[in-house]
Amino acid sequence: MLEIEIDGKKAQVPDGSTVMDAAQQVGVYIPHFCYHKKLSIAANCRMCLVQVEKAPKPLPACATPVTNGMKVFTHSELAVKAQKGVMEFLLINHPLDCPICDQGGECQLQDMSVGYGPMKSRYTEEKHVVFHKNVGPLISMEEMSRCIHCTRCVRFGQEISGIMELGMANRNMHSEITTFLGRTVDSELSGNMIDLCPVGALTSKPFRYTARSWELQRRKSVSPHDSVGANLVVQVKHDNVMRVLPRENEEVNECWISDKERFSYQALNSDQRLTKPMVKQGGEWKECDWNVALDYVAHGLKDVARTHGGDAIAALANPASTLEELYLLGKVFKGLGSGNVDFRPRQLDFGSDFKRAGTPWLGLKLAEIKDLDAALVVGSFLRKDHPLIAQRLRQAAKKYTKVSLLSVTSDDQLIQLHANLTVAPSQLAQSLAAVVKSAAELKGAAMPAGLEGVVVCETSTKIARSLLEGEKRAVFLGNVATQSAQATQLHALALELGKLTGATVGFLGEAANVVGGHAGWALPSGANARQMFEQPRKAYFLLGIEPEFDYGNPQVAFEALKQASLVVFASAFKNELALDYADVILPIAPYTETAGTFVNIEGRVQSFNGVAKARGDARPAWKVLRVLGNVLALDGFAYESSEAVRDEVLGKGAEFVGNLDNGLNGVSISLPAAVEGLQRIADVPIHFADAMARRSPALQQTADGVAPTARINEHTLVQLGLAAGAQVRVKQGNGETILVAKADNNVPLGCVRVAAAHVTTAALGEMFGLISVERA
Amino acid sequence: MFSAETLQKFAREVAKYPVDQKQSAVMACLAHAQEEKGWLPPEAIEAVAVYLGMPPMAAYEVASFYNMYDLKPVGKYKITVCTNLPCALSGGYHAGEYVQKKLGIGYGETTPDGKFTLKEGECMGACGDAPVFIVNNRSMCSHMHPEQIDKLLEECK
Amino acid sequence: MAMLGSINGVLMEGLDGDKTWRLQDYVARGGYSQLRRILENKLSQEDVIGEVKKSVLRGRGGAGFPTGLKWSFMPRSFPGDKYIVCNTDEGEPGTFKDRDIMAYNPHAVIEGMAIAAYAMGATRGYNYVHGEIWEIYQRFEAALDEARAAGFIGQKILGSEFSFELFAHHGYGAYICGEETALLESIEGKKGQPRFKPPFPASFGLYGKPTTINNTETFASIPFILKMGGEEFLNLGKPNNGGTKLFSVSGHVNRPGNYEIPLGTPFATLLEMCGGMRGGRKLKAVIPGGSSAPVMPANVIMDCTMDYDSISKGGSMLGSGAVIVMDETVCMVKALERLSFFYHEESCGQCTPCREGTAWMYKVVHRIENGLGKPEDLDLLNSVLGNIAGRTICALGDAAAFPVQSFIKHFRSEFEYHIENKTCLVPKDVQWAGSGFHKASV
Repeated sequence: MLEIEIDGKKAQVPDGSTVMDAAQQVGVYIPHFCYHKKLSIAANCRMCLVQVEKAPKPLPACATPVTNGMKVFTHSELAVKAQKGVMEFLLINHPLDCPICDQGGECQLQDMSVGYGPMKSRYTEEKHVVFHKNVGPLISMEEMSRCIHCTRCVRFGQEISGIMELGMANRNMHSEITTFLGRTVDSELSGNMIDLCPVGALTSKPFRYTARSWELQRRKSVSPHDSVGANLVVQVKHDNVMRVLPRENEEVNECWISDKERFSYQALNSDQRLTKPMVKQGGEWKECDWNVALDYVAHGLKDVARTHGGDAIAALANPASTLEELYLLGKVFKGLGSGNVDFRPRQLDFGSDFKRAGTPWLGLKLAEIKDLDAALVVGSFLRKDHPLIAQRLRQAAKKYTKVSLLSVTSDDQLIQLHANLTVAPSQLAQSLAAVVKSAAELKGAAMPAGLEGVVVCETSTKIARSLLEGEKRAVFLGNVATQSAQATQLHALALELGKLTGATVGFLGEAANVVGGHAGWALPSGANARQMFEQPRKAYFLLGIEPEFDYGNPQVAFEALKQASLVVFASAFKNELALDYADVILPIAPYTETAGTFVNIEGRVQSFNGVAKARGDARPAWKVLRVLGNVLALDGFAYESSEAVRDEVLGKGAEFVGNLDNGLNGVSISLPAAVEGLQRIADVPIHFADAMARRSPALQQTADGVAPTARINEHTLVQLGLAAGAQVRVKQGNGETILVAKADNNVPLGCVRVAAAHVTTAALGEMFGLISVERA
Repeated sequence: MFSAETLQKFAREVAKYPVDQKQSAVMACLAHAQEEKGWLPPEAIEAVAVYLGMPPMAAYEVASFYNMYDLKPVGKYKITVCTNLPCALSGGYHAGEYVQKKLGIGYGETTPDGKFTLKEGECMGACGDAPVFIVNNRSMCSHMHPEQIDKLLEECK
Repeated sequence: MAMLGSINGVLMEGLDGDKTWRLQDYVARGGYSQLRRILENKLSQEDVIGEVKKSVLRGRGGAGFPTGLKWSFMPRSFPGDKYIVCNTDEGEPGTFKDRDIMAYNPHAVIEGMAIAAYAMGATRGYNYVHGEIWEIYQRFEAALDEARAAGFIGQKILGSEFSFELFAHHGYGAYICGEETALLESIEGKKGQPRFKPPFPASFGLYGKPTTINNTETFASIPFILKMGGEEFLNLGKPNNGGTKLFSVSGHVNRPGNYEIPLGTPFATLLEMCGGMRGGRKLKAVIPGGSSAPVMPANVIMDCTMDYDSISKGGSMLGSGAVIVMDETVCMVKALERLSFFYHEESCGQCTPCREGTAWMYKVVHRIENGLGKPEDLDLLNSVLGNIAGRTICALGDAAAFPVQSFIKHFRSEFEYHIENKTCLVPKDVQWAGSGFHKASV
């Protein structure tokens, strides 16, 4: 520890601390622009110059290491003179356009110029003008003359998002932030650069000129967009969500959010919202009151259940529904005598149901990722499925963590991978088994039963070795592993690997509330998500689900929905197809208009309130389900608040859910037989992954918003006799679609990558099933 | 993108640095790329970046930072004149004026026939030989008095 | 151009222009004997550094930091790679000595670097050569090939256990790369933007490894120091200012060029060696250590000797030993305008005071030169330069400030005349007459 005195305040700081660190510890504010605690030190803005005893010149607090007994003066004459000098330099070429600047009111330069700036400029020369840039639909770089060259955005790309898209070109006063050749900024984390920009150079394109910062009400919320549960500040004007920003929580999202989380809000204010309950009468949709709609639903479900038994009705919920919604949905259906409730629409293999030791989860805290010595991610489009977990692994890999990936494409994760094994989906279990076998061999342990025929390779040994070294290691099963036809085997193999190596086993989690779904008893005791459509039912209740996008095999879902006598479609958004198969449409509130709880992948219970009034007649789904329970005259539906529902499920004041355990009972290793034929690899593209993102015009204009193509390895293209760029007919079962074939050597041999969750591929079947491709 | 000869030069440069520090060769590779292409078109910068496994933007930062890289096409002969103070004291200004007048172009301009581009340069480290020109970044010409300038322009066919 | 003259010359003695730079010539002059002696006698690292310390050789790049002391900062027990880097990015206006050393005595640089590597336990080295002197870069590469073939660099040098790989890296037009950490960034394949210090290169240098950077002339002096002994080298100069040094004399003298003279030689003697003032004109001012050094009026410099201490006492810096001589035909406003343009142009753009301040200063001086000066401009300039100096990441801020400060200080009346009369005190038709461009004007 080192002793330091700053403005007379004494403190003990750890070795290696900077003066800036120490100042923050003692609560002394030192003005700064380029310094950011999550980025490397640049020391280029010079705003944090302070006086250090015995130093002849002022020193930058951000870059000056504390030495024992150091005395620092942040407001001495020398320090203030230096700071004022820097402020003057920053302002000479900065346009004085605060009144028309989007950053006005939340601009660090504006704030500080009040404290340190001169009243009148001594600069009478011409101001330097920097040409504007177009870097895509999310970030506006219209007024680059405002840039103060702090390079936070550049360092963010290099260090956090892992891809250097912005750089500072040229030199001297002609230095300017730009992309290479005016290309777009495509990182899935790009919006954070807007937050990092201390001035109005990088602003939010969708938000621009829609509100002044002081008109906005800032309300806390939690992201529904992925399993991390990023903490948010949602900014609201007249009950319209105007902007979504990260709320710092070092344990969860640090100070970042993904672009999907930031810009999906556009859907909330769009005309795509459902605002009235509707009932189909004689083939015609009629708007109606809630009591009419819920009566209809209650009678319909009750009639089917009474006539055909509880097994004839089924409910499927979105895994990003709140804990309260999932719980009440299960409770309503239980009341109707049905156990056909599920929240895992993309899952295919439910072999672990009734065999799990507890609630599946990440296996450790998010904040513990940085302490891992090694990690193996199995079956994941990591960057796009879990931008913030990928970010944590990226930082860890830069230090000492050996991060390996075993997956179905070799897309660049922008992580320095220790090992990367790319195989066809049907080979995932075999390949993971090879790692298990390698681990057993390296350890000299007995080979687990069922692995006799498995062949190890150099990479499997390399991965196994990394998992055997060091203190903390983890194996993470990603979305592909969860959605795979071999999900149970992959799970069991991961546990074997964990047993052999001492690595923690965990799931990355498909959506915002999968842990909540398990904890909230929204699991089927009857038909699961696959069975409820494969064996068609008479009536369905869809909660926040768009089957054509959200279900693992849309083909099967459609057939089942079409033959049903009653389909209740509860959603925040209009859906063209639902108009055809549904009988009742219930407008429910999105996360911004309801109270609720998400349990993130580490089991963290995060409750939130609505930040805006529900739009039109839309209502929070937990209230809808409660009233439905009342209409059905079911017991135990007298909840006064969402908190009452939550407390019933989790007990009062739970910060983490209990019984988190990834163990399996009674599952033996039995590797699947090899698959013959062309296999589909279906990713869920990040900006098609949920109903809100799909309806955000800005996100749809990004590189991640382009329509799917049939991506095929060059060699496979030749084998199939297809040319890249040609139109191809892609078929699964009795569905087909026409796509453009694209050569992509990140796709393994014998596979075709065709994304799910898009209107052009909704006619297709299983995400990782067999597929045929022919010339169109 | 590049000739076999240029690629061979790239390989030679890369070999100078530790295996995990290929980016170190970017300046030399860009220089060789420019020598082959006459200037540095964006595709060449990107190709060098890909060759060295670095982000194209990082290569562009380098190309735009060092002033001997030409990011726009130049004439067959790019003549850079040092006009910094020590040279100017011994005729640097005058030599610049003289050559501008002879070619009928100013600094940063190219003759209509695409033969000559004139640039004003900074210290070339040859102040004792002033006035100093550099032709095409490679060949330094010393003591550029009127007759030497005439001769140089004559030789540039 | 070869050496034009020397007094007790060491580095450049016995050289015959372009003809004697090859390995065989260097060996014939006794070259590589010191590397051989060190390796054969297995001299300790301390012995080598001790000899350099005794010579009081001060860094020849401009800062004048004692070389032996710098070498002793390198961590001796560091387990990984350590680097030796030579700074031949000679771009300080007025300086052109390293180019001649590289042209005529490249093997002295190579031997000096190899010895330095031995003394500090470094395994790899780079010589960063100014991009504008391409022919010299190529010559150095040829010299490296010769040295490698002869076993003076490479693996197990001269059959010993000592290995040292040395390569040339060229710049491509950036003055700032002469700053040692910008130079390291540049070798790493980045923009030449100086790093904040600490950490210093000795602990975090090239690729994050311990690194020592010295100037070309410094390295070239090493074999000679070891040959003659540190003390004898010191005695060539004067106390605290050891040895001979190359001075690059440019501007209004009859014979501009490089001169190797013992430190402590009177300026007047140097001026005489250069054949005196061109056209017999009157000396007006001298910048004694490259353009970043404060300008000295004629009367002050004429009383100085050419060494670190005397020039410092006279209010300037010996710097790189670049002596820019100006006669009475020079308009000091125009001269400063050109220098200010240079610093603004060469600012790397990284830190605020330099990026913004150098441009501001240039714009004001440019305005004054063009008859648009205002009475308050000189105070403004002094204030602006005060906000740059000492506030920047590297010394370029100071380097840009010193000329402005010293030009105004010593030639204020000329600036005031310019502002008041919107024209120059030195009549237009006389200005730059000393340039000698049109032979008639010489």
